Amino acid sequence: MAIDAATVRKVAHLARIKTPEDRLEVLAGELNGILAWIEQLDEVDIEGVEPMTSNVSQPLRLRDDVVTDGAKVGAVLSNAPKSADGFFVVPKVVE
Amino acid sequence: MSDPVKTIDGRTGPWEIVLGLEVHAQVASKAKLFSGAAVGFGAGPNEQVSLVDAGFPGMLPVLNRFCVEQAVRTGLGLRAKINEKSQFDRKNYFYPDLPTGYQISQLYHPIVGEGVVEVERDDGSFFNVRIERLHLEQDAGKLIHDLSPSESYVDLNRAGTALMEIVSRPDMRSPDEAVAYLKKLRTILIYLGTCDGDMEKGNLRADVNVSVCRPGQYEKYRESGDFGHLGTRCEIKNVNSFRFISQAIGYEARRQIEILEDGGVIDQETRLYDPTAGETRSMRSKEEAHDYRYFPDPDLLPLEIERAWIEEIKASLPELPDDKRRRFMADYGLSQYDAGVLISEQAKADYFEAAAKGRDAKLVSNWVTNEVSARLTADGKDFSDNPLPAAHVAQLVELIETNVISSKIAKEVFDHVWNGEGSPAEVVEKHGLKQVTDTAAIEKAVDEIIAANPDKAAAVAEKPQAIGWFVGQVMKATGGKANPAAVNEILKAKLGL
Repeated sequence: MAIDAATVRKVAHLARIKTPEDRLEVLAGELNGILAWIEQLDEVDIEGVEPMTSNVSQPLRLRDDVVTDGAKVGAVLSNAPKSADGFFVVPKVVE
Repeated sequence: MSDPVKTIDGRTGPWEIVLGLEVHAQVASKAKLFSGAAVGFGAGPNEQVSLVDAGFPGMLPVLNRFCVEQAVRTGLGLRAKINEKSQFDRKNYFYPDLPTGYQISQLYHPIVGEGVVEVERDDGSFFNVRIERLHLEQDAGKLIHDLSPSESYVDLNRAGTALMEIVSRPDMRSPDEAVAYLKKLRTILIYLGTCDGDMEKGNLRADVNVSVCRPGQYEKYRESGDFGHLGTRCEIKNVNSFRFISQAIGYEARRQIEILEDGGVIDQETRLYDPTAGETRSMRSKEEAHDYRYFPDPDLLPLEIERAWIEEIKASLPELPDDKRRRFMADYGLSQYDAGVLISEQAKADYFEAAAKGRDAKLVSNWVTNEVSARLTADGKDFSDNPLPAAHVAQLVELIETNVISSKIAKEVFDHVWNGEGSPAEVVEKHGLKQVTDTAAIEKAVDEIIAANPDKAAAVAEKPQAIGWFVGQVMKATGGKANPAAVNEILKAKLGL
């Protein structure tokens, strides 16, 4: 799978990473290198092996339905560039 | 039976509507899907938010067992396949109400697979809506736009709340069918107790997929499973009441037909219904974000549900609406319609059963669905906070059955009972409403009226239906308390009919 400048532009936009036009080709080359390196994994024979998304084989831990958290507006807003009356404040977004 | 498919006549011939619903049902849990913050309505801004919900670095999600159980329970209620192994995925997009930049959902391996919902149309006929899947996912936060002219305010209290997304196949063919399906689904959820079904609070929301096609195409799709026979669909968001769903579908279908008849093409897109304007419009911002780049969430291991747990949940299921309707018809001899009205609310069905024991079920059903329902509605209540004990309805019906009071007087008795004057028997006693079955008293009244109206008595011989006038007079003379059957019998004898 070859990545071109247009794909890099699109992915950068979707990820909200500001990328100057003159970097697109360079990044495309780097990303293609990474993908080619990862594609080496295709050489492994996985016939009959179940797909896995984790390298630990244990059941997912579950939590009881009990309220143990919340009521920490100060901490929640602590990294917000702007807040008011307990809300995060962001530039206007309207549908 | 009426034709369930609603045909719309265009300039170039008839069109048909094809509808599928994606319903988001909020799980009735105390805490969120992946954090210990409270779920609820009306708390101050950002008070029900943990650092997990706010997307702080390094915070890890831990799945709520109760939410898993509710999803399985709902799946069983939809007669669906429960997937013993499922997985959570990240759906990536940027929006200010989504602090993590992704929603945890289940795209590739949902917790519940295919099921079916049996839906009754207004005319009493049934149709099936196939369920494609049910999966667990997080809700987003809320944006408030009216606190500032230039900025939006963000409240994350709702962020991370557990939702069950229930996706149907495109099996509804008219706005009425879509509404009937959603109503049925809501009833099932409320019976199961997995979602409170409160649409006003947004705890049950529907997105509607609308497309149009020429007659015959839908049948081809059903035969082959090939969506190519159907038109391109648009997804309408923000339809939060039964009325809006109906209106939005009507508008959207006409919009699509107009484009197609002008030789245009339908773009597959997300549209927003605007109830004030009564129209749908494109949500361009959502289009741009449609590339969600799903991938399995590395923070969450696959979810495995043991067979024994599923069996345990199955054993705890209540009687479901379909089963209850069939049982009411079989055990109480009720019509499909009456049974349907009673089972539409679990509390109403329970109330009926409590009152119907040993009584004339049809009569009890009438009192429950007419008088009691009407009074509750007038008082802004429903059967879950009904102040009238079922035993009172049972006693009232018993008084009618045993001819202590007539049906007519029963309404008066009911008024007193509803106003808290005691049981029906006490009211009848207190207000002297007992039906007069004492034939001597009725005969006396009949004699007096015939004596006072000799011309009318003579006329009855020619025109037997004129007896009705006499019945009325006797009832009046006895304050409405005379047994109508006894009055009729005595009148007929005295008038020589």
